[in-house]
Amino acid sequence: MARTISYREAINEALAQEMERDPSVVVMGEDNAGGAGSPGDDDAWGGVLGVTKGLYHKFPGRVLDTPISGSAFIGAAVGAATAGLRPVAELMFIDFMGVCFDQIYNQAAKFRYMFGGKAVTPVVIRTMYGAGLNAAAQHSQCLYPIFTHIPGLKVVLPSSPYEAKGLLIQSIRDDDPVIFCEHKALYDTTGEVPEDSYTIPFGEANVVRDGDDVTIVALGRMVSVAEQAAAGLARQGVEAEIIDPRTTSPLDADTILESVENTGRLVVVDQATPRCGMACDISALVAQEAFGALRAPIEMVTAPHTPVPFAQSLEALYIPDAQKVANAVKKTMDWKK
Amino acid sequence: MSTEDPITKVTMPKWSLSMTSGKVTDWIVAEGDEVAEGDELADVDTDKIAGALEAPGPGVVRRIIAGVNEDIPVGGTIALIAPADVPEELIDEAARAAREQLDTGAVEEVPGPVTGVVRVDGRAISFATLGEGEQTVLLVHGYGGDKNSWLFVQEPLSAQATVHAIDLPGHGESAKDVGDGSLDTLAGAVLGFLQQQGIGQVHLVGQSLGGAVVTAVAAREPGKVASLTLVAPAGFGDAIDAGYLRGFASATSRRELKPVLTKLFADPAQVTRQLTDDLMKYKRLDGVQQALDTLLGTLLDGDRPGTDASDLLDQVRAPVQVVWGRADQVLPVGNADALPNSARVSYVDDAGHMVHMEKPSAVVDAVAKKLEE
Repeated sequence: MARTISYREAINEALAQEMERDPSVVVMGEDNAGGAGSPGDDDAWGGVLGVTKGLYHKFPGRVLDTPISGSAFIGAAVGAATAGLRPVAELMFIDFMGVCFDQIYNQAAKFRYMFGGKAVTPVVIRTMYGAGLNAAAQHSQCLYPIFTHIPGLKVVLPSSPYEAKGLLIQSIRDDDPVIFCEHKALYDTTGEVPEDSYTIPFGEANVVRDGDDVTIVALGRMVSVAEQAAAGLARQGVEAEIIDPRTTSPLDADTILESVENTGRLVVVDQATPRCGMACDISALVAQEAFGALRAPIEMVTAPHTPVPFAQSLEALYIPDAQKVANAVKKTMDWKK
Repeated sequence: MSTEDPITKVTMPKWSLSMTSGKVTDWIVAEGDEVAEGDELADVDTDKIAGALEAPGPGVVRRIIAGVNEDIPVGGTIALIAPADVPEELIDEAARAAREQLDTGAVEEVPGPVTGVVRVDGRAISFATLGEGEQTVLLVHGYGGDKNSWLFVQEPLSAQATVHAIDLPGHGESAKDVGDGSLDTLAGAVLGFLQQQGIGQVHLVGQSLGGAVVTAVAAREPGKVASLTLVAPAGFGDAIDAGYLRGFASATSRRELKPVLTKLFADPAQVTRQLTDDLMKYKRLDGVQQALDTLLGTLLDGDRPGTDASDLLDQVRAPVQVVWGRADQVLPVGNADALPNSARVSYVDDAGHMVHMEKPSAVVDAVAKKLEE
């Protein structure tokens, strides 16, 4: 039975159901069980924003508290995955990937390839990304394009509670390393989620809204921003089709191309900084594969090429909003040669 | 208002558990049009489904209350139907009251189906019940369907009877384990449901695979069955679109599934994004793939039907009627020739395999007649 739960609860439920189903699934991370040295009984935080709360008691010995050393515990998770466990490691903020990057891009991502398919690395790294909580330049970035760049990694960006649960279960069952990116401003959003376990396959975009005038590809947190823009545009007679790729690696190119073949216009909305990002990547794909269908130049709505500002007023300006998306759509609609 | 009120209020129906409001996207009739019961009045859209709203009774459409695309709560009056001789003042008064009710948000909430779960042979069987009539109707869906597919049938029948719709094992919110997937196992789940609900006499209605299942139920417990209504049933005749069944079972994305689903309807526009998305959500549940694959073994023997329910029909004592869409592409209407002469067949124009979704009034009328007998 589907009921309405939050994004945070959906992730927690996915972890609980997979831990129940498969004893090789373990959870590890900072403050997962109340912080190093604490008894972890009554004060278990469940990670920095409480996502894993409750699991410590439900699965004794399988929720591991780690020291504040990303290089150590991400390395341990990767190693445990090669040795037969299915670890789900929580790295507080995607911004901290820098200190454990070798373990991810040069080890985990390469094992299957370099050992001729004989080794698998079923590790999931859950991590928070994104601006909006006034967490400043070192805790607010959208660094998933860096992981998308690396062959051998799968990169997942759930945009809703339904997506979060199904994609996380798929991530845990997948034999390759998965970077599972949770936007911190989504944790309290709610939606209908089935109680039963289910999986959403990687590389299958979701068409969130049908429309014939313009295609909006939006990632993660930006999906709801695009929906907001589309509702306003519809009142002005412009019907936008919204595509949520759900995973940036693999990327469902077919769904995007088919949509642009129909609409002839593309706006990509991403909260990441613009250079070498998904907006460029998807724009290049469409320019190359659907050039003949385009009726206007492609528009990209992204953050500016700057660190995320701390000042609330500047942070609000930094994040793409519905108005910016609507303006970009209008630009494609009004364009004349 | 008294029961002799000559004015019939057309209200926003409740088509799903979660539906609280809907909008008219297009009025098919205009003020002054004469309509018969079952005539389509308007296209109604909810966040879940879109469909045509049928006239609850005959008369003249005297007033249209709801504007196009106006959000109307379930139970809110959207039009008034009355005989031509009802004076304008009365109509005006009723229209004013209805408009006021909408504008003040004073519409009383209409109760939706009550859902529950029973355990049969260790399996959870989910059901939804609507209505409180003395007689009981049980609706059983087809392959890949679920209890919600009966929404357009369950609601109108609930005025006359207690109407249950169940999810067969492997479907909807029931357990996904189908065992050997045989007709006997599925019929056992239905019988277990009837027993646990303490239902003595029941009017059985089954579509497609559900048609074969209710036939098996009626054969095993002939004394319990008041009537049998088979809607495009499996198990009769030897034509079947095996490609449809295999395509449904194997589709792993919306893009693969959508073209397969168009075979279910006479009008391919019935395959909405919502329908496809809901079915994909179902197919992604753990255990569903295995259930569908196992049931394929029941439905198919190579490219031919794998089930023959005609022998079972010999053991059925209750009257049998059949409703079949002339445009059925999955189980072609010619299969009806394999039925015994005693089974009355109604052929439905402009309906495909999903008669109960595409032309619900054909199914409603057939069952309602049995309730009145």
